[in-house]
Amino acid sequence: MNKIISKEYFSANVIKFEVEAPLIAKSRKAGHFVMVKVGLKGERIPLTIADADLQKGTITLVVQKMGVSSTKLCALEVGEYITDMVGPLGKATHIEKFGTVVCACGGVGTAPMMPIVAALKAAGNKVITVLAARTKDLIILEEQIRVNSDEVIIMTDDGSYGTQGLVTNGIESVINREKVDLCVTIGPAIMMKFVSLLTKKYEVPTLASLNTIMVDGTGMCGACRVSVGGKTKFVCVDGPEFDAHQVDFDEMLMRLGGYRDIEREEMAHFQASPTHS
Amino acid sequence: MNHTEERAQQWRVDLRNAMKPKERTDIARVHMPELDAEYRSHTRVEEVNLGLTAEQAMQEAKRCLDCANPSCMLGCPVGIYIPKFVKQIERGEFLEAAKTLKETSALPAVCGRVCPQEKQCEGQCIHLKMKKESVAIGHLERFAADYERESGNISVPKTAPNNNIKIAGVGSGPAGLAFAGDMAKLGYEVVVFEALHEIGGVLKYGIPEFRLPNEIVDVEIQNLQSMGVHFITNCVVGKTITIKDLEDDGFKGIFVASGAGLPRFMNIKGENYVGVMSSNEYLTRVNLMDAASADSDTPVFKGKKVAVIGGGNTAMDSVRTARRLGADRAMIVYRRSEEEMPARLEEVKHAKEEGIDFLTLHNPIEYLGNEQGRVTHMRLQVMELGEPDASGRRSPVEVPGKTELVEVDEVVVSVGVSPNPLIPQSVAGLEVTKWGTVVVNNDTMQSAVPIIFAGGDIVRGGATVILAMGDGRKAAAAMDNWIKNSEQ
Repeated sequence: MNKIISKEYFSANVIKFEVEAPLIAKSRKAGHFVMVKVGLKGERIPLTIADADLQKGTITLVVQKMGVSSTKLCALEVGEYITDMVGPLGKATHIEKFGTVVCACGGVGTAPMMPIVAALKAAGNKVITVLAARTKDLIILEEQIRVNSDEVIIMTDDGSYGTQGLVTNGIESVINREKVDLCVTIGPAIMMKFVSLLTKKYEVPTLASLNTIMVDGTGMCGACRVSVGGKTKFVCVDGPEFDAHQVDFDEMLMRLGGYRDIEREEMAHFQASPTHS
Repeated sequence: MNHTEERAQQWRVDLRNAMKPKERTDIARVHMPELDAEYRSHTRVEEVNLGLTAEQAMQEAKRCLDCANPSCMLGCPVGIYIPKFVKQIERGEFLEAAKTLKETSALPAVCGRVCPQEKQCEGQCIHLKMKKESVAIGHLERFAADYERESGNISVPKTAPNNNIKIAGVGSGPAGLAFAGDMAKLGYEVVVFEALHEIGGVLKYGIPEFRLPNEIVDVEIQNLQSMGVHFITNCVVGKTITIKDLEDDGFKGIFVASGAGLPRFMNIKGENYVGVMSSNEYLTRVNLMDAASADSDTPVFKGKKVAVIGGGNTAMDSVRTARRLGADRAMIVYRRSEEEMPARLEEVKHAKEEGIDFLTLHNPIEYLGNEQGRVTHMRLQVMELGEPDASGRRSPVEVPGKTELVEVDEVVVSVGVSPNPLIPQSVAGLEVTKWGTVVVNNDTMQSAVPIIFAGGDIVRGGATVILAMGDGRKAAAAMDNWIKNSEQ
């Protein structure tokens, strides 16, 4: 049982929680995730840790309402409890001084990117962060990202904020003007696929943090498997970060869609239930 | 009391004299009453085996000859005093029988249900030498444990006075529970750390309720709790806390029983199509997450044509689960013949009764899928038996050019697991084999890092509940010795 200490709406569907978890706050590093379950019959879902406060013994999670499980989580209020939470899981991001690093994130992918940006900056890198979203309201955590970035490039699909265009346009503009030693990308799988295609063209080494379906999250079920360089890898224990140029994103996208029909049914069932407020 | 003294007790002598051995061996072995096969193949959680009645149990117990050298005990990895508990059943002292079981086994109701008795105690029974069926020791064990639980008079094993020495278990599966039970009896303060949100490990996430009801596991866990064992869920040792944290916190010994980890796949074409999954994933969804119930948030595919690849107990559990979730055709695909199947005989028998197809001497070589990436077919290579291999079993060889295409909408791959990588990844100095299993001294279960002992699947790779329990008991005895010696 982990108590919710604060709750902040970034938008109607994107919510930031601070959750009491002193042991996880102490042991987590950039790149780690937790498994979260709400309710006795809840589903275990992976969420990447966005931040931690050692003094308060809390970790920060940013959640987007998508299906039943994330909606249940987002319905929790300050003072209420997450039924089960375990972590930190996965391998931490490998941090060293690479030189110039472009951190490219889309939507809620900005949240897990935050600690990576901070750690890269602390290791002496020049960090250029590209924040991308459909529209201005969906750009989150801009201020926090600015603190540790040498430069922030904002891209929106509709041009309502920053420059109009996709995340890839932002990355390409940097590559065209200076040498980039590493690109790190977190966001929807389809976005990471196109980031990877772009950086492969320019031969910029790229890490992608993958968010696949998981059941236990501790290296037991294999639901999270992806093909990396033609080999089967498990995101929960071998990842979540991989060499993006080796990841079979098409297969990953196919697998992510695996439960879509069942999930749609469950969501309809959930919304129709009288206890759902 | 040793066996000779126990056996010389008046009640044992009287019982032996009450019937001639010939009369005992002439009694036919009891048949376990079970649910109707057609009915049970559509009911998900009802247990298949119904258990013996008191009369059946007492009659079966009469078959035991109370041998001077009970070979059955040699077949038991935890050394249960088998003739003693069987004879207690014969004279109607069922609670005493349960107490005898609990002297050496932390989980008798579990073992009575899931042990491969035909390869262990029953495989050594004197009756076999006389061309008779062995005494149904497993059924009797289950009877005594169930009787005690249902009587409400559950005895808590005696524990030595608290010695104020803290020791930790990592993982709450059968090895961890057996270890915890023995250490609590010796007076240690035992804390067991569990990564998942439920206690019980494979007994909860792996073995289905129709074979081992969760309620039974919970009673055994409560029994350990009343002996003073403390459980902490949602805590991954090596991640949430480290071995060093435990040492700093005053733990004097750590038993790692973190179990099986990564499922093995066959690395064949199409294996990552949607609808192809490991048995760990399938069973975890259904058992641990209760995904087949309407009120569970976890989804699960309910395939109509389900193939399960493998011939072990996990494969049988998966295929029988698929049948219960509504599969019209549920198949076992196994590359050897039925004779070589590692599954318990009873599981194979039950599976057949429930209408499972056995495609033995077949091996998948490719899966085909549709545009959405859903699996639609599997291509099977037909096999035949060749020369014996390293395991002593005749090895399967391909029949050249002979393949079959079979329609499927779900495939469960159950060809084994690799040990959980979390502890080996996170503890410096631990000696690990190339398969990822932790290297221990076989007599003491102690690892290259003296404070760490290990057992169960993290050491064996993939084994049975009872072998894991045997490791837990061995580690407990050795750790107790080691702690006492290092204190002097």
